[in-house]
Amino acid sequence: MDPVMLARIQFASTTIFHFIFVPLSIGLAFLIAIMETMYVVKGQEVYKKMAKFWGKLFLINFAVGVVTGILQEFQFGMNWSDYSRFVGDVFGAPLAIEALLAFFLESTFIGLWIFGWDRLSKKVHLLSIWLVSFGTLMSAFWILAANSFMQRPVGFEMNNGRAEMNDFFALITNGQLLVEFPHTIFGALATGAFVVAGISAYKLMKKQDLDFFKRSFHIAIVIGLITSILVAVFGHQQAQYLVDTQPMKMAAAESLWETSDDPAPWTVFASIDPDKQENKMELKIPYLLSFLSYSKFSGEVIGMKELQAQYEQQYGPGDYIPPVRTTFWSFRIMVAAGSMMILLGLYGAWLMLRKKVEQAGKWFFKLLLFGISLPFIANTSGWIMTEIGRQPWTVFGLITTENSISPNVSAGSILFSLIMFTAIYAALAAVMAYLFIKVIKKGPYAAEEDDHHANDPFNKEGYNAVS
Amino acid sequence: MLSLNELWFVLVAVLFIGFFFLEGFDFGVGMSTQLLAKSDTQRRVLINSIGPFWDANEVWLLTAGGAMFAAFPNWYATLFSGFYIPLVFLLLALIGRGVAFEFRGKVNDVRWRRVWDGAIFFGSVLPPFLLGVVFACLIQGLPINEEMQMHAGFFDVVNGYTVVGGLTMVMLCLLHGLMFTTLRTVGDLQERARLMARKLLLPVAALFVVFGAMTYFMTDIFEKRGVVLTVLLVLALLAFLLGGYFMNIKRDGWAFGMTGAVIGLLVTSVFVGLFPRVMVSSINSAFDLTIYNAASGPYSLKIMTIVAVTLLPFVLGYQIWSYFVFHKRVHEKEHLEY
Repeated sequence: MDPVMLARIQFASTTIFHFIFVPLSIGLAFLIAIMETMYVVKGQEVYKKMAKFWGKLFLINFAVGVVTGILQEFQFGMNWSDYSRFVGDVFGAPLAIEALLAFFLESTFIGLWIFGWDRLSKKVHLLSIWLVSFGTLMSAFWILAANSFMQRPVGFEMNNGRAEMNDFFALITNGQLLVEFPHTIFGALATGAFVVAGISAYKLMKKQDLDFFKRSFHIAIVIGLITSILVAVFGHQQAQYLVDTQPMKMAAAESLWETSDDPAPWTVFASIDPDKQENKMELKIPYLLSFLSYSKFSGEVIGMKELQAQYEQQYGPGDYIPPVRTTFWSFRIMVAAGSMMILLGLYGAWLMLRKKVEQAGKWFFKLLLFGISLPFIANTSGWIMTEIGRQPWTVFGLITTENSISPNVSAGSILFSLIMFTAIYAALAAVMAYLFIKVIKKGPYAAEEDDHHANDPFNKEGYNAVS
Repeated sequence: MLSLNELWFVLVAVLFIGFFFLEGFDFGVGMSTQLLAKSDTQRRVLINSIGPFWDANEVWLLTAGGAMFAAFPNWYATLFSGFYIPLVFLLLALIGRGVAFEFRGKVNDVRWRRVWDGAIFFGSVLPPFLLGVVFACLIQGLPINEEMQMHAGFFDVVNGYTVVGGLTMVMLCLLHGLMFTTLRTVGDLQERARLMARKLLLPVAALFVVFGAMTYFMTDIFEKRGVVLTVLLVLALLAFLLGGYFMNIKRDGWAFGMTGAVIGLLVTSVFVGLFPRVMVSSINSAFDLTIYNAASGPYSLKIMTIVAVTLLPFVLGYQIWSYFVFHKRVHEKEHLEY
């Protein structure tokens, strides 16, 4: 097998898996911080219970996010050593700062938060979860600063055959970062919110702990609605930025082979034939692509064939068209999932305002339960579009994926690691799903002793006997 | 004055020393869950004694990796791609171990706990062993060509010398972890931890001396830095002696400091022996990776220096504070999170 393909499959699968947990951690940390703030401000026990109950899910999720993150940090050097040599001067800095600024903060204060309920004052304990939340946001900022460099390299010069940083400030004010960071962060916050909303809806449907889950639902639906609208707003910003900086990705996301008319229509569906470089069947909405690209109802969008010719002149012979079908469909799946989130959020918020959450129809609760999957679908497909749409480059215009891999790692080694990582990740996914369901079923008011099995002094002998 | 390249070499070294000192004890405690604990409750006490710390300790490794990437991209690239298979095992071990702490207590079932106990034990033995092997390889030399690419065969990585290096690291971590246990627990567990540490002290010191002697004959680092390394070796043996003395008079804190000092001195010796190289080529010393040919440009190093100097005091401050918050011993009868 081709080592480039294997390394790509491994990077894609481990990163997608990692990014199932990361946005949920970011979102839940923020929601739990809000819940605990309400506990400290209002002094009502129910909010403490809330922080603890959702905190359990958060911690299970956080653990998986952390360990799969270690692999991410190693993987650049392990599988993409020529890439690391080429961009390390620029790309390494945000990664190191991420560790120094975010990982230390998260890991230290998560420990204080878990073990500190009885040892820290209420306010210091609250500060701990806010610092964890801040740490998750910082982590996102720095890793996205690194990713933004790959989308739109800035703040560097070519020197000694590699990219060397010459303007750190440009790196962290990269226009790409300024749209990508809020888009990703609001997506992550929406993920947390829709998970809490979905689980709460399930519990409300089952008529369990009504007060607890109604309050949880309220917090989640408000944050879910606001953030999913903001995701769309910044998504639109990002699309406009894309037309400017990576027109090929935009054209591929639209399966636009020829340069469009002015005004440009938006393609809802298309049957794409990448070999013949044409779409067989298309359904189009007039004006919409112009609006998506320029926020006005006029303006043409350049097609892939024209860009290909342009890039051949600029970068030499080669195929500069990314996998069109994947880019096209992942974009649409993301938009569809995001739109459904906004609709669910609107209806939920409307119910909340009319104080009719408990009386909502079963269909709505079921929809919300299904809605848990939406942010994950949107997050994943969004990243697939971003990363696949940048191909054949790893850093746009500077280094290709083919030239990025480790020349000294054999296909056999990568196949071995791919199998091992897939196996352990599959096991983790199964265990996580099992634990999540267990915690949810048990609910927030189950006796603490159940978790801490050997904690009952009268029962200790029994457990000692079996260990 | 240190040049920026030298400063970053020192910083990477400090991060690794910090990592082995800190994660060293929680690796040791992880091993103790099988070697020392006699009941499920004792196992849980041990896990809870490192509960608030292990994650932050592991971040030292991540930060060391990140610092290598930022300051010495070629070092990072050559090392991580060159040690591909050992690092796959390291990752599997760390992944299993990390989730095991969180998952273990979540289901009240003997088989369930046994699985995660296994993950904790192997996840605590394998990483110090593999990292010990890797560090021994670094000073032994590796087949690195003029393109800075390392094409190592099995025996380049796994041989008598590196295996002794790996074992030394494992045993030092175990000893260090036992001393941590005497600090953070009471009663039976504390007594037996002290007893086991006392029994292990001499064999581990002997292993350490064997590794030192092998290093003298099988690497070039004593030729390059004989005086400094001899001093470090003598200091390490002194720390062993003092450690034994403090164990005998039950000054556990001091004894813990001494086992930590041994680990710190060992890792320091590796870096002193390497300097100014970062990876030694066994093909031709002209192909060595050094703090100059492996480094980032001066601008990048300057930026990273400013960032690191600004952030490190805060990081150290709140980490030390967290150890202060959890300075009390873990009792069997209190509420155990894990």
